[in-house]
Amino acid sequence: MRRSAFPRLGLLLGLLFLWLPVLLLAGYAFSDARIPFQWGGFSWRWFVALAGNERMLAAAWLSLRVAAGAATLAVALGACIGWVLARQGPFRGRPLFGALAGAPLVLPDVVIGLSLLLFFVLLEGATGWPAERGATTILLAHATIGGAYAAVLVQARLATMERDLEEAARDLGAGPATSFATITLPLLAPSLVAGWLLAFTLSLDDVVVASFVSGPAGTTLPMVVFSMLRLGLTPEINALAVVILLVALATAGGALLLLRGVIGRR
Amino acid sequence: MSTPLLSLRGLLKRFGETVALDRLDLDVPSGEFLALLGGSGSGKSTLLRMVAGFEAPDAGQVLFDGRDLAGVPPHARPLNMMFQSYALFPHLTVSGNVAYGLRREGVPRAERDRRVAGALAMVGLEGFDRRLPHRLSGGQRQRVALARALVKRPRLLLLDEPLGALDAGLRERTGFELRALQRETGAAFIMVTHDQGEALALADRVAVLEQGRLVQLGPPRAVYERPATRFVASFLGGANVLEGQPDGAGGLDCPTLGGTLRPAGPLPPATTACALRPERIALRPGASGTNTAAGIIEEVAFRGDDSLLLVRMPGGAVLRVGHAEEDGAPPPRGSTVQLAWEAAAVVPLLG
Repeated sequence: MRRSAFPRLGLLLGLLFLWLPVLLLAGYAFSDARIPFQWGGFSWRWFVALAGNERMLAAAWLSLRVAAGAATLAVALGACIGWVLARQGPFRGRPLFGALAGAPLVLPDVVIGLSLLLFFVLLEGATGWPAERGATTILLAHATIGGAYAAVLVQARLATMERDLEEAARDLGAGPATSFATITLPLLAPSLVAGWLLAFTLSLDDVVVASFVSGPAGTTLPMVVFSMLRLGLTPEINALAVVILLVALATAGGALLLLRGVIGRR
Repeated sequence: MSTPLLSLRGLLKRFGETVALDRLDLDVPSGEFLALLGGSGSGKSTLLRMVAGFEAPDAGQVLFDGRDLAGVPPHARPLNMMFQSYALFPHLTVSGNVAYGLRREGVPRAERDRRVAGALAMVGLEGFDRRLPHRLSGGQRQRVALARALVKRPRLLLLDEPLGALDAGLRERTGFELRALQRETGAAFIMVTHDQGEALALADRVAVLEQGRLVQLGPPRAVYERPATRFVASFLGGANVLEGQPDGAGGLDCPTLGGTLRPAGPLPPATTACALRPERIALRPGASGTNTAAGIIEEVAFRGDDSLLLVRMPGGAVLRVGHAEEDGAPPPRGSTVQLAWEAAAVVPLLG
């Protein structure tokens, strides 16, 4: 038993390092005090206050919609890019295409945000669209970044997936579309779900890019929280964090169950 | 003669600089078990993929029942293929895998279930229908792949190294089962293999490929005993290939051997090499004349049912000589031995 003490201690310290701040934050959400890091007895008051804070709720709702839309678009985009990179063999410009598709992974957010802002402004000047910057431009910006992540996941999955499987389906009488729907897509599903969740999370907590490409009409939750930081924090933020944490855990757990179901049922 | 089931006419395929298939012609009649034998890069897998429709020939035709299959996509071709990797769908159960092809045909459920059960029974996998492929052994996976292809009742089944991924012990048994299934279903089998033992043991005819060309085609025994070229002679059974010049009296004068090879029949005029199988050479003390030679044993390798001797000849050639166990222990390394063989064992090579 002595041998296993050290790894266990390491695991414990690691978990504490990751989760202690989060647990502290969650604990103070139930504090009655006005200052976020002072204990004033148990209370639900900040959850109640949160429920009445329309500005924050509107921002949260906007964030969720933008994140869901961006994640969906990112997965569609990423699946196409990943497919081309993994399956279309060598073609002219493939290395350049691969590098460009992966660029959002390594470019600083500031650069991405600024370049997209310039792009949207030029586009508006040339075509009149987008008429104003807000939810739509944030969604497009987040889809661009999320798409790069989804593309990497899809490409990696396809690279390890035997090409024989698609050929075997063709040989057994499935046309290209049927083969894709019955073989490729189910096998790709885990990476599509993972890509969606990743893009959703990236969108949900992005401040920098969103600040660049948003206008007066679009204020996402992280932007509101960030501005509150300057005005002075209240434990409302902690309460919000607890809600987000629960939603995130439920989403991840749900995705896990869903994937198990998909694999187990067949 | 009736139309062959499959007919390949002048198939040509290049991958960049390399020629994978070089104007290849081949006919396969209904119900035949044909082995395509060749080393890596011989074009045997390309040939199979071309028949299945995964590669298009640069020139030439693939005819099935006399109908040109050019432009017919893989899913519309009336034949099936068993992949070397088996290519079982990992997210489908055994019966889901086997039923996949029948679903695509729209076979009604009751008949589908019956045929799937029949195919699984045929390969001895009753009771495995609900398993996922990753919970099967290698041999079981191979059977699922076979059942999945045969359940469509194809008249032609293509098999890419069907025994290649199996353990040595399982290979022989599975080979016999493959043979029995082929007889039972009456389908023509075209099996790609690099294992000469497999090809000789299972096939009705063996087609030997070398660098995209068909160098010899015939029943296993004929191909083994009368190899046409140097490549076939050394690829099948490791025959000794001896170079020389016709001596004008029906024999081939071999300087490297230090003797003359004289075949039973007449020696074709332009012959420059003959094959001599190791097991046809005997140690015969005191032998002399044509079709004998003396050499020094360099190595002795015990192989169970016989021993392989490497004998260095005075002209520099090293002969592979089989020494049967019933003839007693072979002489030790370094001894000088007298070798002799029958005229019938000398096979003139054409290329």
